[in-house]
Amino acid sequence: MMHPYIPTTHEDEQEMLKVIGRESIEELFSDIPEEFRLSRELNLPGAKSELEVSSYLNSLAKQNRSLSEMTCFLGAGAYDHYIPTIVDELISRSEFYTSYTPYQPEISQGTLQYIFEYQTLICNLTGMDVANASLYDGGTAVTEAALMAVSHSRKDEIIVSKAVKPEARQILKTYAHMQGLTVVEVDLKDGVTDLEELDSKVSDNTAAVIVQSPNFFGIIEDLKATGEIAHKGKKTVFIASVDPISLAILKKPVDLGVDVVVGDAQGMGIPLSFGGPYLGFIASKNDYLRKLPGRIVGETVDKNGKRSFVLTLTAREQHIRREKATSNICSNQGLNSLAATIYMVTMGKEGLKEVALQSTKKAHYALEKLIASGKYKPLFDKPFFKEFAVTSDVDVNKIQESLLEENIIGGYNLGKDYPQYENAVLYAVTEKRTKEEIDKLSSVLEGI
Amino acid sequence: MRKYDKLIFELSKPGRKAYNLPELDVEDKDVKSLIPEEFLSDEELNFPELFEVDVVRHYTNLSDKNYGVDTGFYPLGSCTMKYNPKINEVAARIDGFANLHPYQAEETIQGALRLMYELDESLAEIAGMDKMSLQPAAGAHGELTGIMVIKSYHEKNGDHHRNKLIVPDSAHGTNPATAAMAGYKIVEVKSNKNGLVDIEALKAVVGDDTAGLMLTNPNTLGIFEKEIKQIAEVVHGAGGQLYYDGANANAILGHARPGDMGFDVVHFNVHKTFSTPHGGGGPGAGPIGVKKHLEEFLPVPVVRKDGERYYLDYDLPNSLGKVKDFFGHFGILVRTFAYVLTMGKDGLRRASSIAVLNANYMASILKEHYYLPIDTIFKHEFVLGGLKDTLSEVSTLDIAKRLLDLGYHPPTVYFPLIINQAIMIEPTETESKETLDEFIEAMIQIAGEAEEDPQLVKDAPHNTIVSRPDETRAARNPILKYEG
Repeated sequence: MMHPYIPTTHEDEQEMLKVIGRESIEELFSDIPEEFRLSRELNLPGAKSELEVSSYLNSLAKQNRSLSEMTCFLGAGAYDHYIPTIVDELISRSEFYTSYTPYQPEISQGTLQYIFEYQTLICNLTGMDVANASLYDGGTAVTEAALMAVSHSRKDEIIVSKAVKPEARQILKTYAHMQGLTVVEVDLKDGVTDLEELDSKVSDNTAAVIVQSPNFFGIIEDLKATGEIAHKGKKTVFIASVDPISLAILKKPVDLGVDVVVGDAQGMGIPLSFGGPYLGFIASKNDYLRKLPGRIVGETVDKNGKRSFVLTLTAREQHIRREKATSNICSNQGLNSLAATIYMVTMGKEGLKEVALQSTKKAHYALEKLIASGKYKPLFDKPFFKEFAVTSDVDVNKIQESLLEENIIGGYNLGKDYPQYENAVLYAVTEKRTKEEIDKLSSVLEGI
Repeated sequence: MRKYDKLIFELSKPGRKAYNLPELDVEDKDVKSLIPEEFLSDEELNFPELFEVDVVRHYTNLSDKNYGVDTGFYPLGSCTMKYNPKINEVAARIDGFANLHPYQAEETIQGALRLMYELDESLAEIAGMDKMSLQPAAGAHGELTGIMVIKSYHEKNGDHHRNKLIVPDSAHGTNPATAAMAGYKIVEVKSNKNGLVDIEALKAVVGDDTAGLMLTNPNTLGIFEKEIKQIAEVVHGAGGQLYYDGANANAILGHARPGDMGFDVVHFNVHKTFSTPHGGGGPGAGPIGVKKHLEEFLPVPVVRKDGERYYLDYDLPNSLGKVKDFFGHFGILVRTFAYVLTMGKDGLRRASSIAVLNANYMASILKEHYYLPIDTIFKHEFVLGGLKDTLSEVSTLDIAKRLLDLGYHPPTVYFPLIINQAIMIEPTETESKETLDEFIEAMIQIAGEAEEDPQLVKDAPHNTIVSRPDETRAARNPILKYEG
């Protein structure tokens, strides 16, 4: 049987077997004990043509309702931002996507250089000294940062605000449990981390204090005050999870006392794609460089003195250090970090700011519009970036259904994770939403 | 070709822009009236200013400095650098897949859930397992999730004293690193002279503190662990669980299944075995499969079917919890599914047959010219131990660098650690006999050069854009970002 991806003909097979000194390919599997040789065919369909595969996949895709036929006001960690056309065009060059980890720098300068550019952009955005080549996603990045702090401080208690994205906290708890670490949660006060409670919990056992800003409710946390409290602990590491786009207009984490910054850069050039793959990032002050997980690219010169780039500080990593590595991660989100790099340089100095400002202004317009009639009320009265929560007497399921009937994807149902906020909905408004779409959202909500 | 040596920052010129957004259509309020000034930055963003053609030319030029599977033969052992089908790329970009928000209402994502469900069932059949979790983001993440499943199982049984994981000395570095990350102590078990797990050594290290064994089969030498039945009996007999590292699964598709061999948990690297692109380092995906007795510990959510309805099930009281945002690398799973459909049961089996044929063919010729420490039937890859002349001043690194001159991506070198001067070659099934023959010729040429003109090999590469970048300097004086 010939297959388009497998070139070996019957004649090739015979010649090769002759060289090996075997009669059949089956003989090459004779080292697998007979009882474990599969004596039947796999219970799967047979090979399909490209037309059949394509037609089946398209039929599955049609059973979904995508954002191109609906208007999205849903965020909660995954955002419908504009992606310039050149991003996908350029990452589709197969010299990028069919290569692997740049182990051979001579033929991987393309990958190594874009990672170096990516690290630079993340550092410039956050104000941090160093960034790694990326992590799986924002949620696991929070955990990797926490484990760095544990290793740095040699303490085993991690304090995390309940205003951090619920899934990130769940991931943190899973990993912490496995290592016998304690996770202490700090409650909310008016939609932000309760700093008094935090103050009472920080001690010399505290490895890390983790907050998110803008937090899960879209509210900008007082990072400066939080950091001052966090640093009351001896060697306590202050970790902030941020929306990278917000940093085009908000103060840099480095200026607010943050030691390690993490987050998800999905909003910067990566499609929603039903939740992944996204792009976790991590950046820190120099003090933590040797505790950073994953790959890092550095600049050097080759034997002729020419500028070149290599993977560096690998003594932190699993293939050298095995069980003593800073993390078990052995990849990065390569192609997605390329997408984010292209996004950042395409939007550039003015563009990212414009995205951030338009999102802010449209989100504030939307809130004003939604609460105008009094039927919906803001859940909190705090400064926010591009997401805000409103509450009402209307049943949340009724809201979502009514919006869906009008081809609107409503916000995130906060009651799922915060029972005290039953019937509260978190709306996200990006630069892509138009006044007309926001007005329609408002009028459908009014009409319920 | 034009020489190009700029960083993107070096192209910047004040005033240029490479984007266009629609005019703001709501009232343009001063941001200071919306967000208190204390939170707002008063600095300009330190990002470059470019126009669109700058960006396109820059990254096109960078791509020219890369070598991918589409460029040529990439026999990187243990990485399964097979062809990445183009239909997979198109499939992941279909509007109804690429433009879905993960928290959309269930009735609007039935196609996506169905795809995940059908992929789950297909992978479970291929692995011989009962249920998959498609969530892990990568192979190492799959390992970690799988080991967490095992830990949760022991904890539910009250076996808190089981705190050791056994890992062979030939294992990938991720295995011990994963075990440590899951809070386990590592016990290394030696390989015997045939490169296989030494059963007596294994018996000596198992006990009532054994949580399990992590095993790659075929192992990192490309050799099938024939005594897998005894290995499973020893581990299970001690109350441990058996973990299958699927890094080398491309050797056995449709020929044998980890589940039938006694493994309790398995992960696949879909970017190896199932043709999704390596992407310069990621993103891939590392789905895991478990036997029935471990299903209750899988991370939430799992994808289920109820009549005609597909849904995400979060109701697993004994679940280990969450390991990943949302539901995994869906875009990569679409590509995986496209591959499974395209290959079907016959194509998958054929892929492994040819991957194994290719490896054995290359080994049987190259062993005449290089040192082959263990000569046996190989599966999808084999490991040479450098030149036959062990006193040669030409090292494995030199051979790898010389291959660059001859137009190839070198094999994996200096791994596994148990073979001196290791050169690990994995041809995969998507390479023709002609390609294999040309590569073999190149290897033979280098072996000859090592004898006749060793300096030529030691100074390689000669015709790449850079040659032997100074890694020591990079580590001693780290320059990790551009500072103008």
